[in-house]
Amino acid sequence: MTTIPVLEARGLTRSFGNVRALDGVDFDVHAGEVVALIGDNGAGKSTLVKALSGNLALDSGKILFAGGEVELTSPSQASSLGIETVYQDLALAPHLNAAQNMFLGREIPKPGFQGRLGFMDNKTMRLKSREAFDELGATVRSLSDPVGSMSGGQKQAIAIARAVAWAKGVIFLDEPTAALGVVQTRNVLDTIRRVRDKGVGVVFISHSMPHVIDVADRVQVLRLGRRVATYEAKKTTVEELVGAMTGALDGAQS
Amino acid sequence: MTTTEATPRTAGTASVLSRTHSLRQVLQVQSFQILLVLLVIFLIFAAMAPEVFPTWGNVRQIIQNVSILGVLGIGMTFVIVTSGIDLSVGSNLVFSGVVAAKVMQAMGDTGWGTALVGIFVSVGCGLAWGLLNGILIAKAKVPPLIVTLGTLGGALGLAQVITGGVDIREVPAVLQDTIGYGNVPGTTLPTISLIALVLILIFGIVLHRTRFGLYTFAVGSNEESARRVGVKVDRQLISIYALSGGLAGVAGILSLSQYGTTAIAGQSATNLNVIAAVVIGGTSLFGGVGTIFGTVVGLFIPAVLQNGFVIVGVQPFWQQVAVGAVLVAAVYVDQRRRTAAARGHTAKEEGKKKLFGRRSN
Repeated sequence: MTTIPVLEARGLTRSFGNVRALDGVDFDVHAGEVVALIGDNGAGKSTLVKALSGNLALDSGKILFAGGEVELTSPSQASSLGIETVYQDLALAPHLNAAQNMFLGREIPKPGFQGRLGFMDNKTMRLKSREAFDELGATVRSLSDPVGSMSGGQKQAIAIARAVAWAKGVIFLDEPTAALGVVQTRNVLDTIRRVRDKGVGVVFISHSMPHVIDVADRVQVLRLGRRVATYEAKKTTVEELVGAMTGALDGAQS
Repeated sequence: MTTTEATPRTAGTASVLSRTHSLRQVLQVQSFQILLVLLVIFLIFAAMAPEVFPTWGNVRQIIQNVSILGVLGIGMTFVIVTSGIDLSVGSNLVFSGVVAAKVMQAMGDTGWGTALVGIFVSVGCGLAWGLLNGILIAKAKVPPLIVTLGTLGGALGLAQVITGGVDIREVPAVLQDTIGYGNVPGTTLPTISLIALVLILIFGIVLHRTRFGLYTFAVGSNEESARRVGVKVDRQLISIYALSGGLAGVAGILSLSQYGTTAIAGQSATNLNVIAAVVIGGTSLFGGVGTIFGTVVGLFIPAVLQNGFVIVGVQPFWQQVAVGAVLVAAVYVDQRRRTAAARGHTAKEEGKKKLFGRRSN
């Protein structure tokens, strides 16, 4: 990769008390690329994602977006750069319906005076939500039922569709397949490829090595708050990845 | 991301299904169930005392009695939808009324000029207490139960300090004659009820149709999610508690007009009566669910019971027993529905955590 990464982290450090969760970690993802982020429990994956999605203040280090240095102070600021995150807990409001969740925080106001009073254009938002779900091939049966009453797969679909719809630069997926069945997992992996083909950088966190090798272009391995190895997914094996994660063999920095 | 449907429905069956579905949905909505309960209670009293109970004069009396509680119920519905609570509304009402009465007393005359100043002072005092509640809850992260318990004592105590514990009975005549006892010109509808109705309609629309209302539900449903998508949760909470306080200020001037006295000792159970009405009306104490319409119905149940018991000659004390039973039944139904809706989730525990300790993170 010779182009400038869409998102790059250089030497990020963050301590919680005496624990160094991030210890000078580097990370990069290019537009139109799937990067898998793997590591054992406590390696710093989630902390790194939090830092890169504006959910965590850093002790030191630099974050570059499309080559320019940025400071990510809040999730909404990250969103305004086109960085979206699908959290493990999905971060949906269970009492709101799919369309309301889709547009929460970004409602489309009604035109003119009504909009300034706070009235929303629900029809357009429902229409656009439906389009977004259809585009992902997601079967969200009802746009008006609260999402809390839906199956895990449908909730996942809504959370991913929301992130995909707004992500213009980078999308983080924190263990998106952890709670899914076989068919749903296949759908998520297909979605990841489709989003990549749209030119978005996808960062995919997973403990499932076969999925990682299946869908990723590159794999970056974290251990003890540092990036210890980067592999081309096509040229690596599960054994090699597990070895790098646990420190059993020291991966060659490529 | 789910499996595709096995059998595509024809348009005809789909619409039939959705129609029966929506009818069942309406019947499952607690505010409609409680409306049915209200109608049954009304019909029973009407059958027992057909000469007195179902007359406009009597109904008008009931409507007048719930008007002030209705104004408080609006703010309480917003607060409880966020899974919060506001115990301070009764004291806040007293404090606002006391300060307004003091100011109007000092101004001397009893015309509209004085009355208008009194109205602004009362609403302003209520708003200030509400802002204090909101800032302590949203910024200082003190649980709402504790904050509003504190301001409940603070507002009532200060009201007594200001008056020396003696009620002020000088209220401008224009307030008493128009808002207090007056009817809407040309009708027999009490002015105070029209004011309550207008506020209920305005804030009903705000809660159920606007972005402010949507964010209120979002904060109550999942505060952390709302924060992550960029909803300004702190500002939303402060606005909602300020709204509740401001409406308590409105209720303060209404109460002053209706009773002609600051009635310092008369509001000790108001907060609980309002909370009971909101909960009976189907608003969940655990947040994310609720309607202004339900709150209005929930206010009428105790009022109709009280009125009916007096008319049919049952000791009115039974009203408290009946309301207590309805309240517990309403929360039981809410719990059942929540467990059914959120199988496999720990919504109940989450709700309790929210109520007693606002921020766990």
